[in-house]
Amino acid sequence: MIRALWGKLVAPIDGPLMTILGLLLLFALVTMASASPARLTTLLTHMAIALTAMRVVAQLPPQRLMRLALPLYLFGVLLLVAVALFGDISKGARRWLDLGFIRIQPSELMKIAMPLMLAWYFQRHESRLRLKEYVVATLILLVPVALIVRQPDLGTSILVFSSGFFVIFFAGLPWKVILGLGATAAAAAPFAWHLLHDYQRQRILTLLDPEKDPLGKGFHIIQSTIAIGSGGILGKGWGQGTQAQLEFIPERHTDFIFAVYSEEFGLLGNLVLLVLYSLLIGRGLLIAANAATLFARLLAGAITLIFFTYAFVNMGMVSGILPVVGVPLPFVSYGGTALVTLMLGIGILMSIHKNRMLVQK
Amino acid sequence: MEFKNPQEDLEQFNSRVAFAGGFVLVCFALLFARFVWLQVIQHDYYRTRADENRISLVPITPNRGLIMDRNGIVLARNYSAYTLEITPTQVRDLEATIDGLAEFIDIEPKDRKRFKKLMEESKRFESLPIRTRLTDEEVAKFIARRFRFPGVDIKARLFRQYPRGAFASHVLGYIGRVTERDMARIEQQDAEANYRGTEHFGKTGLEQHYEFELHGATGFEQVEVDSGGRPVRTLARSAPVAGNNLTLTLDVKLQEIAEQAFGDRKGALVAIEPATGGILALVSVPNYDPNLFVDGITSADWEALNNSPAKPMVNRALNGAYPPGSTFKPYMALGALTLGKRRPEQALADPGFFNFGGHTFMDDKKGGHGMVDMYKSIVQSCNTYYYVLANDMGIDNIANFMGQFGFGSRTGIDIEGESEGVLPSPAWKKKRFKKPEQQKWYAGETISVGIGQGYNAYTPIQLAQAMATLANDGVMYRPHLVRHVTDTRSGAKTPVEPQPLRTLPLKQEHIDVIKHAMVGVNKEGTGARAFAGAEYVSGGKTGTAQVYSLRGAKYNKDAVKQELRDHSLFIAFAPADAPQIALAVLVENGGFGAQAAAPIARQVFDYYLLGKLPPGAAPADEDAKEADE
Repeated sequence: MIRALWGKLVAPIDGPLMTILGLLLLFALVTMASASPARLTTLLTHMAIALTAMRVVAQLPPQRLMRLALPLYLFGVLLLVAVALFGDISKGARRWLDLGFIRIQPSELMKIAMPLMLAWYFQRHESRLRLKEYVVATLILLVPVALIVRQPDLGTSILVFSSGFFVIFFAGLPWKVILGLGATAAAAAPFAWHLLHDYQRQRILTLLDPEKDPLGKGFHIIQSTIAIGSGGILGKGWGQGTQAQLEFIPERHTDFIFAVYSEEFGLLGNLVLLVLYSLLIGRGLLIAANAATLFARLLAGAITLIFFTYAFVNMGMVSGILPVVGVPLPFVSYGGTALVTLMLGIGILMSIHKNRMLVQK
Repeated sequence: MEFKNPQEDLEQFNSRVAFAGGFVLVCFALLFARFVWLQVIQHDYYRTRADENRISLVPITPNRGLIMDRNGIVLARNYSAYTLEITPTQVRDLEATIDGLAEFIDIEPKDRKRFKKLMEESKRFESLPIRTRLTDEEVAKFIARRFRFPGVDIKARLFRQYPRGAFASHVLGYIGRVTERDMARIEQQDAEANYRGTEHFGKTGLEQHYEFELHGATGFEQVEVDSGGRPVRTLARSAPVAGNNLTLTLDVKLQEIAEQAFGDRKGALVAIEPATGGILALVSVPNYDPNLFVDGITSADWEALNNSPAKPMVNRALNGAYPPGSTFKPYMALGALTLGKRRPEQALADPGFFNFGGHTFMDDKKGGHGMVDMYKSIVQSCNTYYYVLANDMGIDNIANFMGQFGFGSRTGIDIEGESEGVLPSPAWKKKRFKKPEQQKWYAGETISVGIGQGYNAYTPIQLAQAMATLANDGVMYRPHLVRHVTDTRSGAKTPVEPQPLRTLPLKQEHIDVIKHAMVGVNKEGTGARAFAGAEYVSGGKTGTAQVYSLRGAKYNKDAVKQELRDHSLFIAFAPADAPQIALAVLVENGGFGAQAAAPIARQVFDYYLLGKLPPGAAPADEDAKEADE
């Protein structure tokens, strides 16, 4: 009886994905117990909610997800417009929408809605993908991204943009267009420099020379690289990182948790983490390759690469090779919304994998 | 552009998936390379940086060395007291915090003012005293309310104390909070590390000159701190070493008698042990209370000291330059003997004046002193003898000879900021003045220089050094206040040299003539009244320095305002055959040397040679009036 119930519960769960995810969540708990033990209970709550969300989504067949794509996207754009008009300002950026009973950050929704929408769009025009379709797709991508950039929220706009771009990429955007766009972007970089906000420009300058303002703008980067570097090969041991324990690492339970992990577990720990992410991404790409429909393929591929983007941007910025943008370490950083969003992505992957044969039958 | 069939689409998709997988691996490899760089190649650097972050060296200030007189009587010491301190960076609303503290601790407006001043001068993270010397009750009151005042704490600190108050203040000097200027001196000495945590620095006197002896070696505590700088635990500790103690050549009792002998008159006295150059007493009155400066002087006190017409902050013994008056005459006579310009028995008929270049130089005794030889010229202080002598010697000879005795150059005493004085000469005049007509030396000016007037201006310490050198038969020492420095750790005593600076090229027979004449001064001359009945043989010379040019009018003490009255001078040594003490006394606006200055010298000698205490406060000897000059 119980076995039957359990069997039903885990039926849509993909074993390999779940194993990797479980390990990552375990790492999150272990690191959080060192960085900020007081937050453990809340973290466990977040995980429970996120796992539930994942399980729910994993059960939905891709066709149902497809039907959600357009409404979800339109709703998201609407909310972003609302934010731009009536949003709350916090820390100098207009990102939040206060609905009276809850404050939400619509840009977070876009991380899922964007790949859904584009995958749905390409699925609909599967048989006749011409230049026009790519132009429309680009517009679908750029409207919300522009709204998020304006908030301003560089981290989220990078994530939303890449989620959409990955779909277009997997949909077969020709290489010469990609390379052409890349060249254009590179050429336009000096021009784009002027479009950036002062603080964003400052972050890039800080990356190039953090020691210029060691107690101000460079402080995050300097302290996190010190933490990582002082960790050495084997790390200082759990709970023994002086940079973490003596509070030299700012935001050490959220965006900079990797510095805590890296200081205490060293290069070896970093390697393990990189391998875990590689396995997660590998599994995701495999699911994409085996998916039944174009929609499922595109969605799975894009979601998988978003995980990569999170991990790469976060570790890159904490170790001082990318500018500081607000991107968490996937599945490890503290933050309920991000965790739920990420696990929804896992749920979608599981659903796609579960349903890889159904359509063909 | 046209796209192909679904099968080709799938192949294309799979190739892109493969590409994506490769891209991911490349990026992760890049990250891994970065980790290797940070954690393996640069590991040592970052480990050091992490340690620098967490380990803070907290300095432990050493006890400042004591200052004691030659008999071990303490003149400067330290005591521990509680201070209420605020770290401004840890306090959100400074005004509100101070107001809150003022509810139960007495904080006066001057305390607030001083705190503000300290804040402007200090570094950001320092904790600064808002109140010093808390009573036990105040300490208890604060501790009970401590939780209400983050960033405020009570600390036990050592304070400098001068137990005898204003006594010998110009010798001791004082300490005050370290300023930018002091930091420059510390850097010059390469002592920044040793001065971490030190808040006070010697500002004047011995406290200034021996700052680096008195300071001691700062101890350090290695403390692990968090990012807010709050200590977490102590890792290691090295104890501080107290500063070295100074033992002075000064005799407290002698100094006391000398200071009291001045009464409320202004002036200076320097008494030197001729055989060593050790200073037995160094007086500059009025004094000031150096304790006022220790935790930052209030502006009211500072203004009172600075604006006082008596100028208590001026060290008259080192920075007052006065014409030596007749105390110059023994050296003039010695110069004449040395240069062969006079023989002792050579006499001159003194008509009571000397005509030179259309100007008449008056002797102050009407009708003159009659036949005057060298002995009589000193004993009776005959001006005419020296008018003629100065003219015969010439200004260059005078300047060269006097220069050897240290007139017009710093003595090198172990207190800083000593004045040079003026040894007049044509060369000096050329340097001193700008216009050619002012630069010219007039022969008439030499005549005034001969009796210690004119451009002559010397500090009392120079007068005393010259006297000591003469008393010591021409062997000259650098006057100094510190006899030895005691290393507090080893107990080793480092004596301050008594090595002779130089031996003047003088003939003993000439010296004896002058000494004999100076003994005559105290026996039958201008100093006789002051030294009547002395149980030892002493030599001396009175002097009067003109403050006010009389322009031919008869000097009348009562008709002249006090501050324009003549300065009274006296130089002396004793016992005559083997001098143990030589001194110079100056009483500002004291009138004749015999009248004001000589009795002070008598009291000092009486105590130093016989242990005799003066009968009450210094009486001015009114009867000596008629004797001088």
